[in-house]
Amino acid sequence: MEIILFELALTFYFAASIVCILELFKGTRTTSRIMLSLVAAGFALHTANIIARYVISGHIPIANLHEASSFFSWCIVLLFFYLEYRYKLGLLGSFIMPVVFVLMLSSSMLPRKIEPLSPVLQSNWLGIHTVLAFLGYAAFAMAFGIGLMYLIQEHYVKSKHLGGLFRKLPSLQILDEINYRLITIGFPLLTLAIISGALWAESAWGSYWRWDPKEVWSLIIWFIYALVLHVRLTAGWRGKRAAILSIIGFCGVLFTFFGVNLLLKGLHAF
Amino acid sequence: MKTVVIGLNHKTADVDLREKLAFNGPKLEEGIRRIRELPEVRETVIISTCNRVEIYLAVKDVGKAYEAVKDFLAGFFDIRKESLDKALYLHDDMHAVRHIFRVASSLDSMVVGEPQILGQLKEAFEFALERKTTGVLLNRLLKKAISVAKRVRTETKIAENAVSISFAAVELAKKIFTDLAGKTFMLLGAGEMAELAAKHMINNGVKDIVVANRTYETGCNLAREFNGRAIRFDAYLNELVHADILICSTGAQNYVLMKNQMQQVMKERKNRPVFIIDISVPRNIDPGINDLNNVYLYDVDDLQGVVDTNILERQKEATKAEDIIGEEIETFKKWLSSLDSVPAVIALREKAEAIRKEELEKLMNRLSEIGEKDKKAIEGMASSIVNKLIHPPTIALKEDSEDRDILIATIKRLYGLNGEDDDKE
Repeated sequence: MEIILFELALTFYFAASIVCILELFKGTRTTSRIMLSLVAAGFALHTANIIARYVISGHIPIANLHEASSFFSWCIVLLFFYLEYRYKLGLLGSFIMPVVFVLMLSSSMLPRKIEPLSPVLQSNWLGIHTVLAFLGYAAFAMAFGIGLMYLIQEHYVKSKHLGGLFRKLPSLQILDEINYRLITIGFPLLTLAIISGALWAESAWGSYWRWDPKEVWSLIIWFIYALVLHVRLTAGWRGKRAAILSIIGFCGVLFTFFGVNLLLKGLHAF
Repeated sequence: MKTVVIGLNHKTADVDLREKLAFNGPKLEEGIRRIRELPEVRETVIISTCNRVEIYLAVKDVGKAYEAVKDFLAGFFDIRKESLDKALYLHDDMHAVRHIFRVASSLDSMVVGEPQILGQLKEAFEFALERKTTGVLLNRLLKKAISVAKRVRTETKIAENAVSISFAAVELAKKIFTDLAGKTFMLLGAGEMAELAAKHMINNGVKDIVVANRTYETGCNLAREFNGRAIRFDAYLNELVHADILICSTGAQNYVLMKNQMQQVMKERKNRPVFIIDISVPRNIDPGINDLNNVYLYDVDDLQGVVDTNILERQKEATKAEDIIGEEIETFKKWLSSLDSVPAVIALREKAEAIRKEELEKLMNRLSEIGEKDKKAIEGMASSIVNKLIHPPTIALKEDSEDRDILIATIKRLYGLNGEDDDKE
């Protein structure tokens, strides 16, 4: 049952991504309405899938990489709806839905079996730590999409060839503002996720920090985003530079999430 | 009856002639009445703008109507007929339909895609409606033209891109800044173009305006005009730290703003983006400034380039619009030819009704002894026989088929309907 829900959600996200990409070439009001309803349908099924897994397993379903990746996508879509409703940014979907789809696809290829929680994970910290981390990641994913949009739009304006997507993309100012706002949301969430992780580690393993690869990489991305905020406030690094940094930051996020789990085995590998 | 347009526009007549032929105010009031009163004319609508004067007509005889209207125009505006001959064009039937669809969709305008013409057309139509100078044909045609224009506007991007330098600047400003309302706008030097651009910026919400001019007094006057403030020319660099949009058009022969100066300004304004428009020739601003982060510099040639691509874009959209018009002409044609059968349908029904009434009367006179209920029943039967008999031919007449003309003639002959009347009213 929950597997069917997942597959259906994946299918709807796939369809939405296709429409999103088509929108880059030939967008009308109808295509964006179709895209939004596809995403909405996918999101509803996805939510049902997460609830179903919760009911079956009895704990928050972020206990393996399949579930984590799925929850990560879920957070991004949630944020996407918020931004779409609040700002109505043209083409936002085209830059974020493919990311959602890829995350869901990776999730679908990872082992999905619901297994009993290992004793280490049986803690209230699991919910707090992971939800904080993934909400933060979702904000960074969004900042990545918005950063890409900024770079493309900036390229049009700078090069003075106002073709292609120039008209459909939002203004530079709004993109820069939202990018900044997303990082100001993502950064404290990441900070809290790291702190809660440390507290959890202390209660589970007896020490706050053990330099395991996940911890190291989290710290690295924490520094990247701290830098983004710092140079923006002190040296006025906004616009293009901020957009590039937010893209680099998200690459770090992806590596922390997938790379560390799959390549570097550490305490976080479950 | 046929649709005809007689008119002249910016392509066929110079301003002088267009001015002389303008129907404005009382001229329109009188002109439309007198044209409608011409014996050759059944319906009329007059469109008179600065770029075109067009008289739409529904007439029986195109040639006669053309001569009559030309004579009228020559007399009414006191112009020699020969000078009209060269300027006037005449389109009839589907050519006239295509013409009005193109005019309404702004494909025939001086600037393709400009939006005013549709409003002017609507006004002209309303004016004619109020004066009751239109009928079935022109009412339908004008309504259709308006809906075609709307379809063109929504389905193509014909009116989307700015086709003048000052509008292109505003468009760009809106893609750099979200909302121009809170932005500070600085005018460096004064000049017609700069003032025009400034006006567009103000119309789009810019409120805070700073004017720096070499002659301080001129700057003050300009500032007053825009409700802004004037500053000394040599103080402009300090002010630039707070400005978001700068339009420069001084008469200087060399650069007044250098890259290193701008670098300093950017540092002070913490890299907040700035949009600089240099419309002076020769250029007044070091082009290298565009390489700085968050500085967007456009000179006249750049803006012209934007305008040129926009015009190309509009032309591409115009071909799409022509296709839409082609489709719409077909539907209009169908409606028009469906009108042909209307008189025959009416005659057929009238004839049948007459027979029904006559026969019922005869019968009722003979059957005096029947009750109301039976009378109703007999009347009901009579109507339903009539209706059932004329239903199939009516449908056949209304159907859109190629041999409709033959069908109309046949039915007229079969039923002896000879009220020869090709007037579609």
